[in-house]
Amino acid sequence: MSRWARGSMLAVPLLFLGVFFVYPVLTILGRGLWPGGDLDLSPLREVVGDPSMRDIAWFTVWQAALSTLLTLAIGIPAAYALTQFRFRGAALVRALVVVPFVLPTLVVGSAFLAVGVEPSLGAILVAHVFFNYAVVVRTVGGIWAHLDRRQEDAARLLGASRLRTFASVTLPALRPAIAAAGAIVFLFTFASFGVVLVLGGPTRSTLETEIYRQTAQLLDLRTAAALSIIQLVAVLGLLMVTERLQGRRHVALRLQASRDTVRAPRSPGERVFLWANLAIAALLLGGPIAVLVARAFETPHGVGLEHFRALGTLHATSVLFVPPEQAIWNSLSYAAAAAALALAVGGLAAFAIVRTRRAGAIDAALTLPLGVSAVTIGFGFLIALDDPPLDLRTEWILVPIAQALVAIPFVVRLTTPVLRSIDPRLREAAAMLGAPPRRVWREVDLPIAARALAIAGGFAFAIALGEFGATVFLARPDRPTLPVVIYRLLGQPGPSNFGAAMAASTILLVLAGLSVLAVDRARVADVGTF
Amino acid sequence: MLSVEQLTVRFGDQVALDDVALSVDDGEIVCVLGPSGSGKSTLLRAIAGLEPLAAGRVLRDGADLAGIPPQRRGLGLMFQEHTLFPHRDVVGNVAFGPRMHGAGRAAADEQARAMLALVGLADYEHRGVAELSGGEQQRVALARALAPAPAVLMLDEPLGALDRGLRERLVDDLGALFRELGQSVLFVTHDHDEAFGLADRVAILRAGRVEQVGPPAELWRRPETEFVAAFLGWNVVMGSGTGLGRVAIRPDALLLDGDGALAGVVRTRTFRRDHWRLRVALEAAGETVDVVVRDPEPPAPGDRVRLAVDPAGVVRLP
Repeated sequence: MSRWARGSMLAVPLLFLGVFFVYPVLTILGRGLWPGGDLDLSPLREVVGDPSMRDIAWFTVWQAALSTLLTLAIGIPAAYALTQFRFRGAALVRALVVVPFVLPTLVVGSAFLAVGVEPSLGAILVAHVFFNYAVVVRTVGGIWAHLDRRQEDAARLLGASRLRTFASVTLPALRPAIAAAGAIVFLFTFASFGVVLVLGGPTRSTLETEIYRQTAQLLDLRTAAALSIIQLVAVLGLLMVTERLQGRRHVALRLQASRDTVRAPRSPGERVFLWANLAIAALLLGGPIAVLVARAFETPHGVGLEHFRALGTLHATSVLFVPPEQAIWNSLSYAAAAAALALAVGGLAAFAIVRTRRAGAIDAALTLPLGVSAVTIGFGFLIALDDPPLDLRTEWILVPIAQALVAIPFVVRLTTPVLRSIDPRLREAAAMLGAPPRRVWREVDLPIAARALAIAGGFAFAIALGEFGATVFLARPDRPTLPVVIYRLLGQPGPSNFGAAMAASTILLVLAGLSVLAVDRARVADVGTF
Repeated sequence: MLSVEQLTVRFGDQVALDDVALSVDDGEIVCVLGPSGSGKSTLLRAIAGLEPLAAGRVLRDGADLAGIPPQRRGLGLMFQEHTLFPHRDVVGNVAFGPRMHGAGRAAADEQARAMLALVGLADYEHRGVAELSGGEQQRVALARALAPAPAVLMLDEPLGALDRGLRERLVDDLGALFRELGQSVLFVTHDHDEAFGLADRVAILRAGRVEQVGPPAELWRRPETEFVAAFLGWNVVMGSGTGLGRVAIRPDALLLDGDGALAGVVRTRTFRRDHWRLRVALEAAGETVDVVVRDPEPPAPGDRVRLAVDPAGVVRLP
């Protein structure tokens, strides 16, 4: 690979990140800190000195830490159960656990309320586990399923107890995956918006919801900017720590095809362990979804499609009304465009990452948007991208771009391990057969990574489908996506609006579920996961 | 004709190849034989252009290949194992080279089929490479390396991963194939049978240096250094009792003989496929030698024996 080609592979993602992330975020911060052109740090001082803001920051940190620990505690045993044991329907279960992850937080928050859960810290924590369970199961399980079991066997034969083997052989191999999963969960829960908004009640807010309140309700950009800076610094610090923790996992692991490691549960203990984990998953993930779907079909006259029909008639006279098929079409077309963008940018970044020593830094840079307020990004787009040559404010492409920002880290995480696993001798063999570097890339790297890219594209699609925080700022009022429609319906009083919202959520759920299932069809022997 | 002069490769402070000189004439099969870690693979990679040279030159028909990338050197390299493209079927793998050299897909497939027939895999065209046995994979790799008609084909431990029976059969097949094609070949191995069974000339490599080069029969008749003698399985004896100085004795040049000049005690006895191998401690010299015995009832450990020496199997070492 020539230096030029390598450079351009890196340039595209960095340019994208620069224009559509750094620039809008800096603009928003600038509005707050440079009002009228002079640097004014007083909002930052005010925020830091304000005890209520300090409480919010502290709550943000410890609820995220607690959510992360809880998710890891429930997710790691599940990762073992779901990836090491063979059982009927395993593939379906592994696909279904991802569905909550791509649901809009708002929808699930509402579903929790619908079951009668009172806004509370407990509700927030359970909802966070609900969403991020899949991150831990798939990231840790993805590595666990491919660990070479002979290393554990060797340790046992050398006299190590089962526990000792786990602690000294298995755990060190899993540590990077656990660190990666923990970091993502922390980022998500640190910047959690929908869940805290709905389940936090009036008294609990995080930096993210406070930024939203200051921006959208109080129109106090200065305080919002100061809060955004604090959030950004915290996220940057966290990313730097996890980059250290993750180290060079790709060198250390010898991964096996998972069919060589999966086995049926042998002892009664193992069977109980497996079924306990399946029961927790069913209760934790299936419960809220079941309630949500039940509310969608529950009408005053028994079970029926009334709420689904209402989507086409309710508020039909309002200027903001769009027929449900139009909203579905908007969601699908935005998500498709976002997936294509995320695939192009994230794919190039992955190709660049496996060829550079600065891999951790690039990966961290591309993960940054996950931890930054979607509100800041959405609002930043509106303010920053309204001048020529980047006058995109009224362009439809703005929505998929914002959604792609959220999906790119996942594309990178899904494709990088697969690209890393390509034996460099394959490239040398191609060169010895007469292929110049660019041809090697096209004939060897690209086809081998194709399936991982397809899987990443499916995930990007599902994530874009459920994206809410930025989309709600950017979608034109006459072109709302399903999550925006749901949000509007939830904002209206009365059981018929709520029922219609649940009906729309059910449609979204089915769409997200189908795209995840389609993705899992393609997932056979790869080792990549997010 | 391919030749290397004063070839030196370093990995950091470590010298992997030190001042190596070697040549392969047109149509010649040359083998580099050496223990693992002696730099065999590095030599092939350096010639291929995959490893930068610290010093020296690689020449093809007298032209220096410095600065010419691997894909334009006109050389073929067959790796030790696992380098078939997993995303292509058998014919797709073999057609890769011709396609890179400008052949259209149909023409490339045609060439690939001819190569597959040559290695005895005519019916395997559309098999996936993962479905093949180890031996079949090696043959596909061979067909793939041969397909672009490289000026010199280099093979890295071509049969290393295969079991013994298959290896012996393939050594014969490969020799016949290369000679029929008039293919110039440079291959490396740690296996004596492979080297001596296939090569016109053998170079013995030790820690990055060539110790001795020559036709197999000559090497086997006259090892020039202690290392080569020991590597080929000869007994290296200080010869204090014989007045010869330091000598190498071929194990089958030591004969059990009641009137033999050397007396000793059998220490161990090992059965090999068609002979016994005794380790005998010599009384006079205080040294131990290997003795090949074809007698169905050889002496047992602890037995005293006398050995005669066949002078044809003795070489004086420097």
